[in-house]
Amino acid sequence: MSKIGVFICHCGENISATVDCQKVAEEVGKVEGVEFATDYKYMCSDPGQNLIKQAIKEHHLTGVVVGSCSPRMHEPTFRKTCASAGLNPFMCEVANLREQCSWVHEKGESTTEKAISLVKMLVEKVKKDQPLQSIEVPITKKALVIGGGIAGIQAALDIANCGHQVILVEKEPSIGGHMSQLSETFPTLDCSQCILTPRMVEVAQHPNITLYTYAELEKVEGSIGNFDVTIRLKAKSVDFSKCTGCGTCQQKCPQKKIPSEFNAGLGTRTAIYVPFPQAVPNKPVIDKEHCNYYQKGKCKLCSKVCPVGAIEYDKPDEFIKENVGAIVVTTGFNVLNTDFFPEYGYGKYKDVINGLQFERLASASGPTLGEIRRPSDGAIPKKIVFIACCGSRDPAKGIPYCSKICCMYTAKHAMLYQHKVHDGESYIFYMDVRATGKNYEEFVRRAIEEDGVKYVRGRVARVYEKNGKLIVKGADTLLGGQPVEIEADMVVLATAGVSNPGAEQLAQKMHISYDPYYFFSEAHPKLRPVETNTAGIFLAGACQSPKDIPDTVSMASGAAAKVAALFSQKNLVREPVIAVVNRCAPPVFSTCVGCFMCETACPYHAIEREDIKDRKGNVIKTVAKVNPGLCQGCGTCVAFCRSKSIDIQGFSNEEMYSEVVSLLNS
Amino acid sequence: MKIGFYPGCSLKGTSREYNESVLALAKALDIQLEEIDDWNCCGATAAHSVNKELSLSLPARVLALAEHQGFKEIVVPCAACYNRLSTTQYELAQDEEKKKKVSEIIGMPYDGSVKILNVLQMLQKYSLDTIKSKIVKPFAYKVACYYGCLLVRPHKVLQFDRVEDPQVMDSMMSLIGATPIDWAFKTECCGGGFTESRTDIVAKLSGNVMKDVNDRGAEAVIVACPMCHSNLDMRRPEIDKYLGEDVKVPVLYITQAIGLALGIEPETLGLQRHFVKVNTI
Amino acid sequence: MDNNNEFEPKIVAFVCNWCTYAGADLTGTSRIKYATNVKIVRFPCTGRIDFMLLLKAFAGGADGIIISGCHPNDCHYTSGNFHARRRWITFRHMLEILGVDVRRICFTWVSAAEGAKWADVVNDNVANIRKLGPYKEYTKVAQYFEKEAYNEQD
Repeated sequence: MSKIGVFICHCGENISATVDCQKVAEEVGKVEGVEFATDYKYMCSDPGQNLIKQAIKEHHLTGVVVGSCSPRMHEPTFRKTCASAGLNPFMCEVANLREQCSWVHEKGESTTEKAISLVKMLVEKVKKDQPLQSIEVPITKKALVIGGGIAGIQAALDIANCGHQVILVEKEPSIGGHMSQLSETFPTLDCSQCILTPRMVEVAQHPNITLYTYAELEKVEGSIGNFDVTIRLKAKSVDFSKCTGCGTCQQKCPQKKIPSEFNAGLGTRTAIYVPFPQAVPNKPVIDKEHCNYYQKGKCKLCSKVCPVGAIEYDKPDEFIKENVGAIVVTTGFNVLNTDFFPEYGYGKYKDVINGLQFERLASASGPTLGEIRRPSDGAIPKKIVFIACCGSRDPAKGIPYCSKICCMYTAKHAMLYQHKVHDGESYIFYMDVRATGKNYEEFVRRAIEEDGVKYVRGRVARVYEKNGKLIVKGADTLLGGQPVEIEADMVVLATAGVSNPGAEQLAQKMHISYDPYYFFSEAHPKLRPVETNTAGIFLAGACQSPKDIPDTVSMASGAAAKVAALFSQKNLVREPVIAVVNRCAPPVFSTCVGCFMCETACPYHAIEREDIKDRKGNVIKTVAKVNPGLCQGCGTCVAFCRSKSIDIQGFSNEEMYSEVVSLLNS
Repeated sequence: MKIGFYPGCSLKGTSREYNESVLALAKALDIQLEEIDDWNCCGATAAHSVNKELSLSLPARVLALAEHQGFKEIVVPCAACYNRLSTTQYELAQDEEKKKKVSEIIGMPYDGSVKILNVLQMLQKYSLDTIKSKIVKPFAYKVACYYGCLLVRPHKVLQFDRVEDPQVMDSMMSLIGATPIDWAFKTECCGGGFTESRTDIVAKLSGNVMKDVNDRGAEAVIVACPMCHSNLDMRRPEIDKYLGEDVKVPVLYITQAIGLALGIEPETLGLQRHFVKVNTI
Repeated sequence: MDNNNEFEPKIVAFVCNWCTYAGADLTGTSRIKYATNVKIVRFPCTGRIDFMLLLKAFAGGADGIIISGCHPNDCHYTSGNFHARRRWITFRHMLEILGVDVRRICFTWVSAAEGAKWADVVNDNVANIRKLGPYKEYTKVAQYFEKEAYNEQD
């Protein structure tokens, strides 16, 4: 037998100006099952809430309906009120008498009638409400960070400094990512490696961080608070417990001409290699695809010269399993190579390079030790043309978005060039200059006013080679589209930032969404930038979209804060508005027939299959089961179910039916 | 296998030698070309500059005639005709209304089922092996293959070869023993239809093309377009005046080059009609 | 909007919590006025809406129905509105075959920012249903079947 309390709020004059609140309370008070009905000026205030609490206690109320502002505003408030008076908070419903009634209608009988029917509708719903308990999901307080660039490093350090264990997985032999390839960073022209390497060392030495390099994510199962991840540790062919990092193997390796990934193809490395001198960990791995032993069965020089016998050939990849509570994805991005551009030579001109390659030329640890030299003949270029927006903002090339960082790094490149080659001339062909960060505009101004970089507004139609020079044919739109032809020694393309190869497969492994360019999707573009739609998996850095270092670091710390917030609770408490598949006594066990249409409907993979077994362990039937940790409560599965075996707590079939019937009877 | 043959106005007029060389080569390669009966002008630049419907109807009539005369494929040696016919076919395939309207205008049903080939595609499809087996005099010269504007653009309509650095003619020339050079003006405009109204522009644009050819030491320019040929060949005096030097490099049609390699007589290929003497070959 | 001799339609709106309900709240916050005939039933997502409930509404005497949710691709639960849309297309076809007046059902998308649009949706629907008149045919059929089912129980 229901004993429902009805409380109609005047909300000052917001509701009472057009709705006769007293009449509403009176009329609803006559409904069967309503034990107590009243109206008050400010229900959400302390005296208002006390009114509710008192009524609950005095009249032993089994349910409460508050007619007030939108439930999106105060449902949590009134539910807490009920909870503090000893009534299950999910037995409290809120009727929207303000935003959807008093504020949108004129004063009059029909408005009051509508208010009455809305309150009555929720009274009928409350009669069908069941007391619900919040769901507690245990959390493993260990985080997995995928990707060891600056985003991953920052996130890992932040989480580790909160006292939680972190596993950092990086697919290259060293952490550092693209930031380690940079020469100097805008707008301060800080030496990139100098600011990065202390963090890299901190990661390696941090007691709470377990670093796996040359490793990749193999599989993810489970849900927030409880992910079971499998990590593939690729075979390094070097026993890191013995290796001292002396470097003798690299000196002796006969395969010396392998294009170095770290040097963006401009330099070479050996088959047994450390990607760069400041690598963390500073121990080599063997690149099986270029090693004489693995390819032809010969050589083995490294094992002969190794003073501690650390070389171990033919070890298989190792798989380790870990249980983590949260995952942070920081896999970063890539930039297009010059071969993407038919109009700039299909990549065949050696002196047409991309921005990352220019960074390596400018870098003191690069293939030219920091001197800007042409890759073709090693000469110092006297005239360089930089082309901005190569591929970006170009729907014809399939990349309509802006890559954000190129305007800044092109200005930086031109400045570095002018600093290194005093009599050099640099031209930048641009569409717009996007210098939006702190001190960014001043930086670009410096390039133009102090370093004499010439900015030409227009695009470049073609670059071709003639007599050792690169002829750049563009236009100057500020002079009315006048054709401009420059005989350059080198051309640097600011190519578009794109997602990493393998991003699609990684996203599918983790069941996170991605956009048409394979950048991972955030949960909400404005208000939830570091979360994904999958609970427990967070994003940071350029894997979500191209961005500069300050934004990446902020995002990484943001994601770390989310992880820390998650881990700061004993258990994960979730609202019990979730789907439940019914269970009943044998021999039926459940009306569910195991068609699993609900499984296909669920965007969160929250429907699992449960085998119902007899005492001997034989499977009687396989039915659906909702994982309370994953279900977000959309109810799509409920509408799918033909046998009505799955229902959603808080918006059950009975509740919704009684609401509709009530609306039409009043 | 019969292939329909659409010579277009220029092959019957100023580019007679292209016509002669196409027919001679086809004969040598056992390709049966049959001229489409009652064909009309494709409209070229004139039609599409002044009237949209006219620019679609003229080519559509040619294609409709080809369909009705039972051709599954037609070869169109003139690059402009090839471009106009292909563009028309593409546009009418996208829009049923336009298709109906055009059918009304031309007074016959239009289906859009004929496959349009340029002369390079025809050779690629049917004759590469035959050519290889019949070479008697390899064309051992350095050549600059010039594609011009209309053979490969717009890519979404023609779907033929690479747009910025096409290779089909280059590989065909390699097949007959030539050394195609890598040069910068493969798809740069020769000046096109301005040959009459603004000969100065043609002198400049074609002049730039010939300068690059000359600088890179090519011994012949190979083309597959009558307009390009006449601008680079007939307008050579204006080009020489613009460049301030006499450029002697001859311009040959691809069909003439292949024909020479197969041992066909130069007169049969119409080489004597060129303005720039082909005596170095 | 107040009582006069004109017939006042009874319209039930089935809306999703995250977009349309929030959008309707925005209409209120913006103080845009609309007709009182539409009463909103809140669902977590349009994917939750079992369309048989629509028929219950008609059986109960509703003259018109509005279903509204997040725009495609914007569903708070990623894909609920896609399922709703698919379901609606099939269901509408079925209703047409059965002879139910589908002009009385409006299926639309109203986002949380579209307060003004919600007011338009309401007003347009009320005007439309007023023109179509009260929906008596379905209730008659429903009552007949209920009686039949009741009689069969004996």
